Amino acid sequence: MINIGKYIEIAINWMTEHWAHFFDVVNNIIGGFIDAFQNGLLWIPFYIMIAALTVLAWYKAGKGTAALTLLGLFLIYGMGFWEQTMQTVALVLSSTVIALILGVPLGIWTARNRVAAKIIRPVMDLMQTMPAFVYLIPAVLFFGLGPVPGAFATVIFAMPPVVRLTDLGIRQVPEDIVEATRSFGATSGQLLFKVQLPLALPTIMTGVNQTIMMALSMVVIAAMISAGGLGEIVLKGITQMKIGLGFEGGIAVVILAIILDRITQGFVRKK
Amino acid sequence: MAKIEIKNLSILFGPEKSRAKKMILKGKSKQEILKETGCTVAVRNANLEIEEGEMFVIMGLSGSGKSTLLRCINRLNEPTMGEIRVNGIDITRSSDKELLQIRRKELAMVFQHFGLLPHRTVLNNVSFGLELQGVPKQEREKKALESILQVGLKGYENQRVDELSGGMQQRVGLARALANNPEVLLMDEAFSALDPLIREQMQDELLLLQEKMKRTIVFITHDLDEAIKLGDRIAIMKDGVIVQVGTPEEILTDPANDYVTRFTESVDRGRIVTASSIMLRQPIVVRVKRDGPETILRKMRERRLYALPVIGNDDQFIGEIHYKDVLNLRKEGGKDISPIIKKEVPSVLENTIVEDMLPLLSKVRQALPVVDENNRLLGVIPPSAIIIEMTGKDEKEIEEIIQNAIDL
Repeated sequence: MINIGKYIEIAINWMTEHWAHFFDVVNNIIGGFIDAFQNGLLWIPFYIMIAALTVLAWYKAGKGTAALTLLGLFLIYGMGFWEQTMQTVALVLSSTVIALILGVPLGIWTARNRVAAKIIRPVMDLMQTMPAFVYLIPAVLFFGLGPVPGAFATVIFAMPPVVRLTDLGIRQVPEDIVEATRSFGATSGQLLFKVQLPLALPTIMTGVNQTIMMALSMVVIAAMISAGGLGEIVLKGITQMKIGLGFEGGIAVVILAIILDRITQGFVRKK
Repeated sequence: MAKIEIKNLSILFGPEKSRAKKMILKGKSKQEILKETGCTVAVRNANLEIEEGEMFVIMGLSGSGKSTLLRCINRLNEPTMGEIRVNGIDITRSSDKELLQIRRKELAMVFQHFGLLPHRTVLNNVSFGLELQGVPKQEREKKALESILQVGLKGYENQRVDELSGGMQQRVGLARALANNPEVLLMDEAFSALDPLIREQMQDELLLLQEKMKRTIVFITHDLDEAIKLGDRIAIMKDGVIVQVGTPEEILTDPANDYVTRFTESVDRGRIVTASSIMLRQPIVVRVKRDGPETILRKMRERRLYALPVIGNDDQFIGEIHYKDVLNLRKEGGKDISPIIKKEVPSVLENTIVEDMLPLLSKVRQALPVVDENNRLLGVIPPSAIIIEMTGKDEKEIEEIIQNAIDL
């Protein structure tokens, strides 16, 4: 029998033991970030938050989405899930931000370097297709329970679209524009920031939208390691056989997904 | 010193360049090199000298290596062997930093598909080159406005470029290149993507602009008509080799080989070929005060000519003398030919184009005299030569046509 699992276990254990200090630092930074984000969202009174999101939806996605945002958020509040919803928003958006911070540079690198592309692309495939539950175990070993390991698992699962679409966006910049830019004496940095990234922005924004959606799909799984939020409600519905509670949590996730999707898609179009 | 000097330049694409290099030096053919090393020879042993202020056109069909050659001048393509000197400095040896400076200050390029930034306005596109150099916003916008004015885009500054037509977009491309105030403009099929009317208009405007600014322009095209219209000199390329370099007229009247000849067949020669290239130099003439009726008649009979040009002192062209008039003069026993010289005959200058000679054809008796500014006779043009240039038919065919006409 080939025992791959044993070696992976050894590696993970070694990392847990030797990189403990590093994981602590990461845990504190990300944990602090998510907490602050969450507290900030909860500090704003719900009616102001609903009004602000409705206006934003109106601007970015039109009347229909604005109406849906208004009604949907009031429904969530009415169901008594406001706090959990804001927890989920904080977790999803924090994970998205981390995924962007890591993913955009990786995408730029793969677009410009053939060797990097050859190595990173299969890793992205692996991250995206590996069942997400698998990440939970090392996440807990590294970061304990709570929102940080939830964010860790979410970032791994949700980062590939940003990397891929950043890479694609940069490659899609027409060759004659790149050539013209070089012919006028652009440095490689000028080419990237003045031409390639601005022209790739719509594609990158599509990647952001995809990442948010994938992060949302992780909320229930992340709840299994006490990440909190709406996922916890759904999970309670499953484990305690409370059908109604499970559906209520599910409906809240769907409402949140639609609102976030429409608003970020609005950003794609506007750019 | 030439502005741009290209010496023994070869450009190869492919895996085994060093082996292919040796094969080039040994003079192996393109096919042999491709077969043995997998290398494509894009340009082979190119030698060119482009003078300051000259509009130099490189012409060839697609795949002839013309664009690759052009891109070597600013090293968008890396030359494999040979030298490229701009202002005497070999840029193939320049460091990356020097190359950036050369691209920023000395060379600017205009592209077939414009290569504009679609997310920016006209003004921000035109000032892009200066922005890359770190010129402050106010100053670069001032310069950009000047070149926008030059190409006739005033009033469009704040439009997004993707809202403009092709011709307008290429004006933006040209303005962007001019804003850098470069010594050399590289134009890669700059007008090929435009529809024919706009294209002609852009060609005319480029010529007007060039009259004022007198820059060194290297222009790439696959269209010989365009090459002839724009070029002070033309280089014709085929399969990576420069086949012929010369003025438009030299290329039309003295093509280097069959390939060039085939190209030139479709060209409207009447507007390019001038008197000097089709005239017969040192024609048979009558010298007034020296030749008497007997001599003149003998000259005419020898060559079967019905009329001869008459020249005076210092080869001054005076007029024409006709066979039957000379016969009459001899019958009457006269010696002085002055009274029978026909003075009202048309003549043309050396640089008159064939098309302009056509209206004179009916008044030409034997041959059209060509004179210089001081009215000195330089040569004569037989009408058949004019017809040959205009119709593209050869002498034999024309003789047949004339014969048929006489038979009728």
